[in-house]
Amino acid sequence: MTLISKVGSFVTGTARMAFLGGNRYYYLWLAVLGLCIVQAGFAFAHQFQYGLISTSMRDSVSWGFYIGNFTFLVGVAAAAVLLVVPAYVYDWKPIKEVALFGELLAVASIVMCLLFVLVDMGRPDRFWHIIPFIGRMNLPSAIMAWDAIVLNIYLGVNLLVASYLVYCGYHGIHYNKKFVWPLVIFSIPMAISIHTVTAFLYNGMASRPYWNSAILAPRFIASAFCSGPALLLILFQILRKVSAFEIKDEAIHKVAELMAYAMGFNLFLFGAEVFKEYYSNTHHLVHYQYLFAGLHGKASPIALYAWMSLAFAVISFFLFLIPRTRRNFVTMNIGCVLIYASVYIEKGIALIIPGFTPDQLGQVYEYVPSATELRVAAGVFGIGFLLFTLMVKVSVSILFERPQAEGQAVHV
Amino acid sequence: MRELPTLPMPAPEPPAEGYTRREALVMGLFALAAAATTSGCAADKLALDDFVAKHFKDLSPAELQERLAQMEKRYSESYGKPVKVSATPAQEGVLFGYALDLSRCIGCRKCVYGCVEENNQSRDPQTHWITVLEMDKEDGVNLQNANAFYDHETVPAPGKFYMPVACQQCENPPCVKVCPVEATWREPDGIVVIDYDWCIGCRNCIAGCPYGARRFNWGTPGIPKDELNPVTEYLGNRPRQRGVVEKCTFCIQRVRQGLYPKCVEVCPVGARKFGNLLDPESEIRYIIENKRVYILKEELNTQPKFFYYYGL
Repeated sequence: MTLISKVGSFVTGTARMAFLGGNRYYYLWLAVLGLCIVQAGFAFAHQFQYGLISTSMRDSVSWGFYIGNFTFLVGVAAAAVLLVVPAYVYDWKPIKEVALFGELLAVASIVMCLLFVLVDMGRPDRFWHIIPFIGRMNLPSAIMAWDAIVLNIYLGVNLLVASYLVYCGYHGIHYNKKFVWPLVIFSIPMAISIHTVTAFLYNGMASRPYWNSAILAPRFIASAFCSGPALLLILFQILRKVSAFEIKDEAIHKVAELMAYAMGFNLFLFGAEVFKEYYSNTHHLVHYQYLFAGLHGKASPIALYAWMSLAFAVISFFLFLIPRTRRNFVTMNIGCVLIYASVYIEKGIALIIPGFTPDQLGQVYEYVPSATELRVAAGVFGIGFLLFTLMVKVSVSILFERPQAEGQAVHV
Repeated sequence: MRELPTLPMPAPEPPAEGYTRREALVMGLFALAAAATTSGCAADKLALDDFVAKHFKDLSPAELQERLAQMEKRYSESYGKPVKVSATPAQEGVLFGYALDLSRCIGCRKCVYGCVEENNQSRDPQTHWITVLEMDKEDGVNLQNANAFYDHETVPAPGKFYMPVACQQCENPPCVKVCPVEATWREPDGIVVIDYDWCIGCRNCIAGCPYGARRFNWGTPGIPKDELNPVTEYLGNRPRQRGVVEKCTFCIQRVRQGLYPKCVEVCPVGARKFGNLLDPESEIRYIIENKRVYILKEELNTQPKFFYYYGL
């Protein structure tokens, strides 16, 4: 077989695997995602026609739900490294078998990140202005330009490694370690860098005291190492139930243990930030007051979420710290949901909105996302989850369900 | 006011032969977009011209003239009167500076609306480049107790003082630093400008500006035809599009022609002063050297060219 026909058979074969041979829940799931995407198409068409005035964002709070979701998903993407490090660097077998799914999650997350940036742009038609060489990137000074570069590199690396491994599995050939290994090693610092650069985007702004804190990047990394794996642990249990996918309990427990450390560190950093703000009690405290209570005698619409996020983080930390609750699948799954919710609120709501409230001239604009924003966001998640679902379906079929793949060492 | 020296326009360069790599790639995108549209009708041509519009600094003198003529034609047609679009370069030996007397300002907002008319800000939805803050005299400059939405029958309200804020034309502008596509930059005469044809609308500059000076066109800017100021500047008050950022330019279309900014002209109490910081004899220099000067958020090292002072 020539390379071209091999690739051709891979493309048609995987397409068949992605769409055929699922049970009715699989197609129901695809239909739900399709519905999310279609309704978002209408919402986005409206936004595209009338402009971002159809969102609740205004000059005071000029970034909102879209950029919050973007930031959260960068964290989810970066968290793939939590599987890659124990799998490849420490050569820990039980995780190695599932590390590929971390990479697939990274791919889907970055795609969602890029879409969230695109829908947030005032002029999405001018996206080419930020493409290297044909546009005009403001390097080295603009962090956003760096962010575009690292996100795309990270996407490229993960897409390459994951599709190469699946390709080798499909044809039942052994992957070339000399090709995969350097890419995998390279993806580790890239994972850290995507979230660090995204944190620097906020961190570097002296105009916004709420973000202008040196521990913002470490906080981003710590919270990301909880949220991404939380999603994967639940996914692994579902896959184990409904397909031939295999994962050992000890791998799940090990990931949960790493999450406990990350959450502990996250809470410590958060405490350090809170201490500094409240003890020094400068004008900059207003942003925390808006986050947790309200300003000028008026309750803040986000305070409830902020307290929920904190409570979820503390509860899940203890659930994952104590070995008995960590190894019990019921309490562990409760912990996963709590962690995911906690970090989602922290990044989606508690990071962006208080940074802008009150604004640079002390004015308070109460931002609550509009229906258009919620609908478009649902569509972006729909696209990401659809992509992830199809990729996972193909990978599970090839690595676990095809008889000829058995015994083939697809994992590094 | 004294006439400012004028600079001769540079001679147009002969058009370069062949394409650079960037041009070739942009042409490729152009072809792609052209293929996506149905035919080469006028509306498509306009949309395509906009799509591939170059960065202001990448335009050759000939291309700039072509672009200016194109804009004049388009604006004249849509507003039903002749509109002039210039690209006046900065003059050597000029660094513009602004001073505002906090002890005189009465918070009447004449500057706000004078600016709206002069600089073609959107009337619906309303865009204001100048924000006037009302604060307590007892409290001093404390932004956390500032009110931008005061609405009294008469001003000044007892016990209050007023602080108009617009772009501070920083020497070290955070907005320029954070723009991912170099759509905003500081001109040699100190004015921070925006290329509305290059801005991608990411609003990073709005997040980065410590003075809340930048405005985003959330909707399509609306200006009644008869209210458009037809004397415009490429990097200044020409009509803006939806989805791009704008802000005060010290009235670049006026000050580069030797006129005062509109807000200086309309202020009824003479609280606003403007001039060339490099001219030791200028009024602005006298104020900075002899009055009590207050720089907004001085600790951020943005080095504004906008100085508040107490003249009384």
